[in-house]
Amino acid sequence: MSATDRDMLKLPKKKFKMWNWVWVILMVLGLVLSVNNTKTSLPEFFANFDQFAEIFVQMAQPDWSYAGTAIPYLVETIKMAIISTVIGSLLAFVYSLLIARNIVHNRAITGVLRFIMNIIRTIPDLLLGSIFVAVVGIGPVAGILALTVFTFGVVVKLFYEAIETIDPGPSEAIKAVGGNGINNIMFAVMPQILPYFISYALYAFEINVRASTILGYIGAGGIGLQLKNTLDMFNYNQTGMIILVVFLVVLVIDFVSTKAREALMR
Amino acid sequence: MDTTMKKLPPKPVTAKSRAIKWGGWIISIAIIIWSCTGIDFGGIKPTAGQITGAIFNGLFHPDWSYVYNGSGEDLVSQLWQTLCIAFLGTFISAIISVPFAFWAANTRHKKFWVSESGKIVLTFIRSFPEIVLALMFIKAVGPGAPAGALALGLHSVGMLAMLFSEAIESLDDGPAEAITAAGGSKFNVAVFATMPDLMPAIVSNTLYRFDVSVRSASVLGLVGAGGIGYPLIIALNYRQWSRVGIILLGIIVMVVVIDWISGAIRKKLV
Repeated sequence: MSATDRDMLKLPKKKFKMWNWVWVILMVLGLVLSVNNTKTSLPEFFANFDQFAEIFVQMAQPDWSYAGTAIPYLVETIKMAIISTVIGSLLAFVYSLLIARNIVHNRAITGVLRFIMNIIRTIPDLLLGSIFVAVVGIGPVAGILALTVFTFGVVVKLFYEAIETIDPGPSEAIKAVGGNGINNIMFAVMPQILPYFISYALYAFEINVRASTILGYIGAGGIGLQLKNTLDMFNYNQTGMIILVVFLVVLVIDFVSTKAREALMR
Repeated sequence: MDTTMKKLPPKPVTAKSRAIKWGGWIISIAIIIWSCTGIDFGGIKPTAGQITGAIFNGLFHPDWSYVYNGSGEDLVSQLWQTLCIAFLGTFISAIISVPFAFWAANTRHKKFWVSESGKIVLTFIRSFPEIVLALMFIKAVGPGAPAGALALGLHSVGMLAMLFSEAIESLDDGPAEAITAAGGSKFNVAVFATMPDLMPAIVSNTLYRFDVSVRSASVLGLVGAGGIGYPLIIALNYRQWSRVGIILLGIIVMVVVIDWISGAIRKKLV
């Protein structure tokens, strides 16, 4: 075999990609910086692992008799989620029509309204909860308000994007026969976007059920308050029971809502 | 003029579709009415309006002196710590997620129940409340940022591994089969076929999860797991509205900037 043949057998060298190395260096730098800043040490965690595991073992033996106490709170939590999903998604419905650029053509209005929406979307649910607890006081109303704003943020983003992708044909037809803006929304836009709206509202409901179970921890009503009480009193068996019932309810609701959304989109 | 022409013909409706429509409406309205019963709507503080005004006033007249004062307790260092918690948490979870993702991915070469069991474990991790996890870690490593980072790291696995496993499921079998056909070992397949194909999805999903983690990290402080949440809850309890304002502004700016950066990077990746 000649030298050139041997060269032919070699695979061509990969191009040297500088950016890959820049990313790797940035990642390592970020890791070092964040470990330093947070003073996290895994050895310390593994040294105390038995304490962590002990809580977990206790949670794994749920206190079944506690289910009777937990379920009414869970029902309240679900009610909170339902109310806030309904109010929040109705608000989002109107707002999305206002910020969709194929319905409102004034760029200044949509721009300002979108800016407000993006600001609302940045605030995490628990922060909203703690602000509303400070505003209206401890109780389910604070939770409902927080989840309403949160639902609004989730639905509005998905929904206005759906509105902007609708087929312009029916709208143009309505305008061509002399329909006004309301006619346009009623007969051309609505039939196209209603399935999406219901689907997004159901999706927001799934998130809300999950979020509402911990809102009580900061005093915003629902089962989270019991979560806090049992944790504060080191009754981890009862905490385990709460987590178990919440998990089961979340599973059921996720399943039902996924099936409903699939049926809608078909 | 002939008015009969102006009427549109009625929409074709079968009894079944009408029943489904009305049934759906009645059930939904019944559920909504049921959910309004039994909730204590009273107990709203009479000062609610006043406090809302104070918070908005605080947002427009923030306490600028809190932004940076070199004590390590100021806004900038707390936000930086929040980012560090989110980064470390995401890093840990990205590493843990890879094996979980291969477990839960429903590929052709696997028994059905293996991937199903993986998916159930991931659902359980996802619905295990982050705050409870943070409290468990606080018991183990003490209050502060490490507990937050570890809690985020474990909690994020639930979602991240699910996203990874979806990426694995949609992988093209071709490269892996080509390597097997050329006599490559399983290790070769993983290094030369699976990983290069999977990398963009892993990076993009991890960046997305980082966005979510930044939001979570700003909340974990409410239970004492480090970050900006703790000064916020203190300011809310002591009614220092101008400080609440500056902290909220800080969180909003941080989240917007991070979303923007990671969005730009993800757009480049795809």
